[in-house]
Amino acid sequence: MKIEIKNLTHIYKQGTPFEKKALDDINLTVNDGEFVGLIGHTGSGKSTLIQHLNGLLKPSSGEVFIGEENIFSKGVDLKEVRHKVGLVFQYPEYQLFEETVYKDIAFGLKNYKVPENEIEEKIKTAARLVGLDEELLQSSPFDLSGGQKRRAALAGVVAMEPEILILDEPAAGLDPFGRELIFREIQNLHREKKLTVILVSHSMEDIARFADRIVVMHEGKVLMDGVPAEVFAKDEELNNAGLDIPQVTRILNSIRKMGYDIRDDIFTVEEAARELIKLTGEKNA
Amino acid sequence: MLNDITLGQFYPTNSIIHRLDPRMKIVLTVLLVVFLFVADNLYGFILMAALCVLAVIVSTIPVGYILRSFKPLLFIIFITCMLNVFLTDGRILWQYSFLKITYEGVYLAVFMVIRLFLLITVTNLLTLTTSPILLTDGLERLMSPLKKIKVPSHEIAMMMTIALRFIPTLLEETDKIIKAQSARGASFTSGNIFARAKAMIPILIPLFISAFRRADELALAMECRCYSGGENRTRMRRLKIQARDIVALLISVVFGVAVLVTNTLF
Ligand SMILES: Nc1ncnc2c1ncn2[C@@H]1O[C@H](COP(=O)(O)OP(=O)(O)O)[C@@H](O)[C@H]1O
Ligand SMILES: [Mg+2]
Repeated sequence: MKIEIKNLTHIYKQGTPFEKKALDDINLTVNDGEFVGLIGHTGSGKSTLIQHLNGLLKPSSGEVFIGEENIFSKGVDLKEVRHKVGLVFQYPEYQLFEETVYKDIAFGLKNYKVPENEIEEKIKTAARLVGLDEELLQSSPFDLSGGQKRRAALAGVVAMEPEILILDEPAAGLDPFGRELIFREIQNLHREKKLTVILVSHSMEDIARFADRIVVMHEGKVLMDGVPAEVFAKDEELNNAGLDIPQVTRILNSIRKMGYDIRDDIFTVEEAARELIKLTGEKNA
Repeated sequence: MLNDITLGQFYPTNSIIHRLDPRMKIVLTVLLVVFLFVADNLYGFILMAALCVLAVIVSTIPVGYILRSFKPLLFIIFITCMLNVFLTDGRILWQYSFLKITYEGVYLAVFMVIRLFLLITVTNLLTLTTSPILLTDGLERLMSPLKKIKVPSHEIAMMMTIALRFIPTLLEETDKIIKAQSARGASFTSGNIFARAKAMIPILIPLFISAFRRADELALAMECRCYSGGENRTRMRRLKIQARDIVALLISVVFGVAVLVTNTLF
């Protein structure tokens, strides 16, 4: 499902001394089935932006279209919008509250009056998709490890079968192994369920490998928008926005500037190694 | 949604009222509240209202901001007003079966409403112009003579500081949890009273868990820094009475005396 954001501005606490313009005239279109990485320094407005996409925040001015529907026009049932647009907050494990993981995942389904006989099937599918062991479904969410809690919370949104999945820093606070797993599972969801995905992060390394397209935010504005290679070519601009490009990409960029012919879309150490071996191989030949 | 609560929140500007010594501000607030109860005629109230308006103007806090803080209390004010109007005996103005309005009732109700509005303004001004830290500092110092009779004034002040410090944090947290559950289709405004009470569970449980977690972490952090209560603690900011504090006291006393004079004259 397509998302279209038009001239979106959001001002927090308007009319008080704490007034803060968090979004400044944002224009952005996310196409159906795209995997977009939303990057920006802390405080650049990422979380504020995504909360407009399912109507949790109301714009100070501007419009948001989900599919063909303007979700802030009169008479739109935001509850239905939230069914289509699944939003996973940062540290989603803090919203777990039921006695068992199973019941917690069922919370969203029950809110949408999913028939009792379909619930179990949907929960099991969701648990499998996010890599949560089926045995854990009957344990208390508070007995799980950090990574498992995160998955349980993620499953709570995935089970609702949204057409758009938005995740705010889904790997924050996990160890490198846990991060890798979560990202792979999100990629799986994107591929298997053909979901439109917006992945928020402030880490370039993570996003570069999974997103088809990167949107960089800076001080409430869209600073850059393009495929990873395009965005990473502008390392100075990124630095000014307080962001680092992946280390390997930076090394390869400098080698290319020295006049060597190297691809510009390499973001992992493995790929970089292969490319460099190829390069030295060519030179030796 | 929860950002609309302005009652008792600090509004930072650099006005002279903000810079008054917090101890003086607390004393003055108590003094003004006493005057408000002592005043018993229209002129006294006009004087007190003038003093409040003056204080609000000097504080440079937008009037709208103060008016907004009346909103949650309007209902209570309305009830008080109605009780006075209908339940006071005296010369009858209007009567319908058992309902009656008396001249004295209206008179009392008007005074009560003015008195309540001024009371709210005065106490609000204290918290709007004093940061929570300074407020509790001031309270602790004012209470310190009570240490002699074993009142743990430092501990009380510390508990208040912590409570005040965590109000915005907990509001923010509540807001986040409400949003997270809404994103899963929860709704808190539909259904009868039982359905609504039940809808609070997905908010309250995570909120309590996180409050306990924060309390635990804070206690640990304080112990790691060897916090052990008020004995022998010195402070970074020493409170000192300045000329402006004396001036503020004088102005208030002058108004107070004037109120007393109106009481004997009218
Ligand atoms: N509830 C709020 N009230 C006031 N200001 C806020 C609130 N939430 C966020 N902000 C401010 O808006 C800006 C953008 O915040 P946010 O969208 O959370 O950024 P990010 O997710 O990119 O770190 C920040 O400067 C932040 O301080
Ligand atoms: Mg954020």
